[in-house]
Amino acid sequence: MSGPDTTTAPRPSLAAYAEVVGEAVIRQLERLAEPLQGKRIVHVNSTRAGGGVAEILAKMVPLMQELGMDASWEVIEGNPDFFQCTKSFHNALQGDPVDIPDRLLRVYEEVNQQNAAVLRDKLADADFVMIHDPQPAPLLHFVGQRKGKWIWRCHIDASRPQRSVWRYVRKWVVDYDASVFSLADFTQALPHPQYVIPPSIDPLSDKNRDLTPQEVAAVFSRFGLDPDRPLILQVSRYDRFKDPVGVIQAFRMARRYVPGLQLVLAGGGATDDPEGEAVLAEVHAAANGDPDIHVLVLPPDAHVTINALQRAADIVLQKSLKEGFGLTVSEAMWKEKPVIGGNVGGIRLQVIDYQTGFLVNSPEGAALRIRYLLQKPEKRAKIGERAREYVRENFLLTRHLREYMTMMLGVYHDGQPRIVLG
Amino acid sequence: MQPTDLTVPAAAQREAFRIKDCSLVTIATGRHAQNLRELRDHLAAVDAMVVYSHFWLGRLQPRYDEMEYVNDFAAWAFRALHDYVLGERLAMVDPSEFDDLDELRQEVLDLVEERLDEREMVPWARPGQRFDFLRAQMVVFDTYQRISRPEELPAAVLRFSPGSLFYHLIDARRRRPDGLDDLRAWLVAWGLGDSPLVQELAGVDWHFLSLTELRERVAAICAADLGGGQG
Repeated sequence: MSGPDTTTAPRPSLAAYAEVVGEAVIRQLERLAEPLQGKRIVHVNSTRAGGGVAEILAKMVPLMQELGMDASWEVIEGNPDFFQCTKSFHNALQGDPVDIPDRLLRVYEEVNQQNAAVLRDKLADADFVMIHDPQPAPLLHFVGQRKGKWIWRCHIDASRPQRSVWRYVRKWVVDYDASVFSLADFTQALPHPQYVIPPSIDPLSDKNRDLTPQEVAAVFSRFGLDPDRPLILQVSRYDRFKDPVGVIQAFRMARRYVPGLQLVLAGGGATDDPEGEAVLAEVHAAANGDPDIHVLVLPPDAHVTINALQRAADIVLQKSLKEGFGLTVSEAMWKEKPVIGGNVGGIRLQVIDYQTGFLVNSPEGAALRIRYLLQKPEKRAKIGERAREYVRENFLLTRHLREYMTMMLGVYHDGQPRIVLG
Repeated sequence: MQPTDLTVPAAAQREAFRIKDCSLVTIATGRHAQNLRELRDHLAAVDAMVVYSHFWLGRLQPRYDEMEYVNDFAAWAFRALHDYVLGERLAMVDPSEFDDLDELRQEVLDLVEERLDEREMVPWARPGQRFDFLRAQMVVFDTYQRISRPEELPAAVLRFSPGSLFYHLIDARRRRPDGLDDLRAWLVAWGLGDSPLVQELAGVDWHFLSLTELRERVAAICAADLGGGQG
């Protein structure tokens, strides 16, 4: 795609983060990294592009390297049946009733066995292996002999999983040295320490860095939007848990009171999500050709475009029905936008009702808050201001990295409650 | 307030204050309570460090609200159980009054038991508002920064990270046998134990302050007593 996304910001260094979070935070990272110097740390997930996990790893791994760790990122290979199976896991762990045929489970295991053969040397010798989500979870079993600590990182809202599927996934993660969940509410009965670490956004990435007014204005003409009319936005993969159809319902209810209201649904697919096309078709059907509903399918690298859309919007929605965290919430908050979020999962950690946005439980609730906020520009500004500071304190990459390093030191010291360095 | 006339020994005779920092990470214990009876049962069984975590660590975690409920048990009673009487009683539990964590745990248990006796129905939290029993793992490390003399305190405190504030001003009170925070202990070693500065620092009710507020309050007290330094 041509356009704003062709200009990519240079990879920021730790020094650049100091301008956002302060020197003290960077010094803290450097001190914590001292005992991890030269340690081989391998992250493994199932997609290089698309979705929050890939975004975080793309930033986290270079920062770990800059701090002196021998960090790397591996992506497992899969086939359509494999991703169909793991998408079913994803849905089932988030509570959907799903029946997964044994045939797909065999494919899941075979694909992991094949990937283990490819990655064995690298993973067996690593000091720390972080396996992200259920897709590569069986690697621990298939790699066999290992030197280091293995940590399973679950990015999913697994608070009320379909039990039969969780039992199956659990058998692959039970032997890990530790697991990480985004919220305490998502943790499960496992025989190892379960760390609670929320994810984060990168303030210096193309998705979140400051843009010029011209860069922001460009999205209006590019997507046929009217800059003089109010604009609401949801940025998400086309996934039923993100409730894009519910957003359209809320938009239509609100538009009765806010003539001229425009909605942008901006999303794309992840390579490990085979359901996106079907959900996109449902969204187009719900939009029914409405000229003020703009359904955008963006490539995975459309970071600057998404950044500009978030800055151009008056209100950002994330009306999810289930949500592991919802990075788009913090992204919008960082841009001083009030967020109307579904009252679920990780959104509740970010959107503090009435303070940094509003939590809603239905399309009607979302419509009500859209009307309210569009009537009160001073309230939008105040909420947006608070939202940015809340993200600065809690949901930036530097905090995430600090907690990962703290966890690695904790796992290395076998769970001692207090570790004194030096 | 005028700067106090502090007669302090030469720096060479005293140790510099070593500014440490800490980073915490939270670990779920797998125990959680949906109602007050479950809270009691789990609280009686958890490791004492879990009790510590729920009294002290909230201020290093994402939160927006005022530090009104001072500990996680009180906050849950208010917000999730809507038992305001219990919330108020729990909020008045001062952890610094207890010699060890088991005594503190027993105090909370007594209040919960008392409330269960008073109420006809066991109060429940809605789904999604359960109480998760958590513990923390802390990594403590040296910042390699030093405060050579008390006069340097006002400026130095303003540069304390949240982790340094927590470690030296909050965690220290439980860690140290004398119950002092690290700053006051250092000032005592400088012969300033009876100074207005130490007394004013002792009067800071940190329970109700965010770490940012605590930093500003302590720095302001130091600046008022020692002069200058707010930069």
